[in-house]
Amino acid sequence: MTALLEIRDLHASVGETPILKGINLTINAGEVHAIMGPNGSGKSTMSYVLAGRDGYEVTGGDILMNGESMLEMEPDERARAGMFLAFQYPVELPGVGGMSFLRAAVNARRVEAGEEEIDQLGFVKIVREKARLLGISDEMLKRAVNVGFSGGEKKRYEILQMALLEPRMAVLDETDSGLDVDALRIVSEGVNLLRDPGRAMLVITHYQRLLNHIVPDYVHILAGGRVRKTGGKELALEVEESGYAGIDDAA
Amino acid sequence: MAATTETIEQVKQATGKYKYGFVTDIETDKAPKGLNEDIIRFISAKKDEPEWMLDWRLKAFRRWQTMSSPDWAKLDIPPIDYQDSYYYSAPKSAEKLKSLDEVDPELLATYEKLGIPLNEQKMLANVAVDAVFDSVSVATTFREELSKAGVIFCPISEAIRDYPELVRRYLGSVVPVGDNYFAALNSAVFTDGSFVYIPKGVRCPMELSTYFRINEQNTGQFERTLIIAEDESYVSYLEGCTAPQRDENQLHAAVVELVALKDAEIKYSTVQNWYPGDENGKGGIYNFVTKRGVCRGDRSKISWTQVETGSAITWKYPSCVLRGKDSVGEFYSVALTNNMQQADTGTKMIHIGEGSRSTIISKGISAGRSQNCYRGLVHMQPTAEDARNFTQCDSLLIGDKCGAHTVPYIVSRNPSAKIEHEATTSRISEDQLFYCLQRGIGEEDAVSLIVNGFCKEVMKELPMEFAVEAQKLIGISLEGSVG
Ligand SMILES: Nc1ncnc2c1ncn2[C@@H]1O[C@H](COP(=O)(O)OP(=O)(O)OP(=O)(O)O)[C@@H](O)[C@H]1O
Ligand SMILES: [Mg+2]
Repeated sequence: MTALLEIRDLHASVGETPILKGINLTINAGEVHAIMGPNGSGKSTMSYVLAGRDGYEVTGGDILMNGESMLEMEPDERARAGMFLAFQYPVELPGVGGMSFLRAAVNARRVEAGEEEIDQLGFVKIVREKARLLGISDEMLKRAVNVGFSGGEKKRYEILQMALLEPRMAVLDETDSGLDVDALRIVSEGVNLLRDPGRAMLVITHYQRLLNHIVPDYVHILAGGRVRKTGGKELALEVEESGYAGIDDAA
Repeated sequence: MAATTETIEQVKQATGKYKYGFVTDIETDKAPKGLNEDIIRFISAKKDEPEWMLDWRLKAFRRWQTMSSPDWAKLDIPPIDYQDSYYYSAPKSAEKLKSLDEVDPELLATYEKLGIPLNEQKMLANVAVDAVFDSVSVATTFREELSKAGVIFCPISEAIRDYPELVRRYLGSVVPVGDNYFAALNSAVFTDGSFVYIPKGVRCPMELSTYFRINEQNTGQFERTLIIAEDESYVSYLEGCTAPQRDENQLHAAVVELVALKDAEIKYSTVQNWYPGDENGKGGIYNFVTKRGVCRGDRSKISWTQVETGSAITWKYPSCVLRGKDSVGEFYSVALTNNMQQADTGTKMIHIGEGSRSTIISKGISAGRSQNCYRGLVHMQPTAEDARNFTQCDSLLIGDKCGAHTVPYIVSRNPSAKIEHEATTSRISEDQLFYCLQRGIGEEDAVSLIVNGFCKEVMKELPMEFAVEAQKLIGISLEGSVG
């Protein structure tokens, strides 16, 4: 079986600085992988490299989705091919109405798939329904994208977008940080609803707590731009108890 | 022989023989090149104008001859040879095409992108329309409905003949003939434009736009508009068109005058998309416009909304003279320049009346190698007790070869008047762009979304039917500006 996402000996630099130094990771459809690691270890960088962000230069290795290299694809092409990134710090788009933004995103994908664009009324209905499950109010849907949203609201809005875009591969970058206990539960339930045999997720987090809600199949520890250790969900507990001290940087 | 001398010769010959230059030759469709009193007499005669109108034009022409082209704007205007132009030609009735298949596919693609309805596409592309959408009958229906309400809406040349008292009373009352170089030129040679009169207490039953769009495509180079709103009346007028407009005349110098009497409100919206020239600035229209409204009556209100994306050079300052007590002036503007376009645009708010208020929201977007300047005056006269102004000028830069400038002039002669001014300059951030791309939105659509977000406060002032098209227009005008 071809892996949904395969990262092969990936090296990447930001400017002149090498950040990712040989990452290997294979993710199959239906799986949930968690990535933990100290601040500055390269987790967000990896997510940007996967999404193809400008300025994040791949200097070696490859990224394959369904067996095909994505390196030559633009960020929007990767997105339409099913790559989704829930941002650690979602960006505000002043004046850009939430509904038009969401619809533009959904329609971009539909057009690519040769489907009809979704009409406004039908779309509003779908969004409302999905928003309700995530505790997002109608009022919030009317605002400009992320403008004036609280930290927690921004994170929920990311998951709403994921629910609407139905990606094949979702990377969630610290979606749990900044969430209160109730929000954490709501967001996790939202994410769990999206678990699907055809979809894989890569969940970046600092806290074992999240992994009680979204139970991963694998946990990886990233440090110094490399995967240092891989295990089951119990690895997250280990980290919680003894920190990253036991993980040898030189390994 | 140079064209200019040729013209002068022709005129000399003509005037030598006949008292009124071309009057005997009134059957011709075109006056010879050049500008002189005989050409003006010819235009006036062609339009069958009364004597007072001709005198008015001549007076303007004499003023114009003593004036010189303004040079204070941040514009690089190539010298214009006014003797090397035609000032009158009868409106052409170009032969109708049989179907849209005969129209330039690129033009059709643009209409498509703008979302212009099929029938209007046909109108714009000069294709014969079917009986279901007969422009003449639509126009007639509009006219009937308007006249039932007592609203006068007609070409200004018609108004000069049919409503001489009204025209005489108000024409030039807001923009005097000698106001500025281009206004004087317009006053001397204007060929047509619109006249609107809303009687006391009448709320104009429709946006004066659909009609306009269908009928006034060939308004020509020197357009003249006069709108009068009597006490307690209301009118919303939309000028222009999102569809790209070409014209063989490079210079356009329109004058628009608005008069709002007691408790009257005039909302004037413009979408301007004249041909801007190619990427190197070749060709393209010069749009030198004088637009001014006077809030004569107490509590009257004039609101200008403009979306300017076209023209090679724009020189335009729609203004309000706030005479009435508690009168209100508003200016909402989006000026977008790309490639080699230059725009120097803004407004003047002249506060005279006690308690008068004004709001200025200006959004300038510069891309390519263009130059975009906001120039605005807020003037509080000694009588403007407790007057207020709020100004917000935001500039957005796309790329690093363009320029944005803000030149606010503030004069306050009344200590109780309050003036607030805010200005920002920003760029589309890479963060914002990446966020959109990551959601699968293509780069050009992403830029269009972000820029439209930036313009939101202005776009929401446009009448609904045009807001959607104007939004698309912004995106189209920015094509090729990123990546
Ligand atoms: N644009 C940039 N320019 C220079 N260095 C950068 C840039 N972006 C990231 N880095 C560096 O790359 C390293 C990895 O950063 P990254 O944001 O990927 O870490 P992270 O694992 O996500 O950390 P955190 O847990 O704090 O979110 C850090 O040392 C950071 O300073
Ligand atoms: Mg991070």
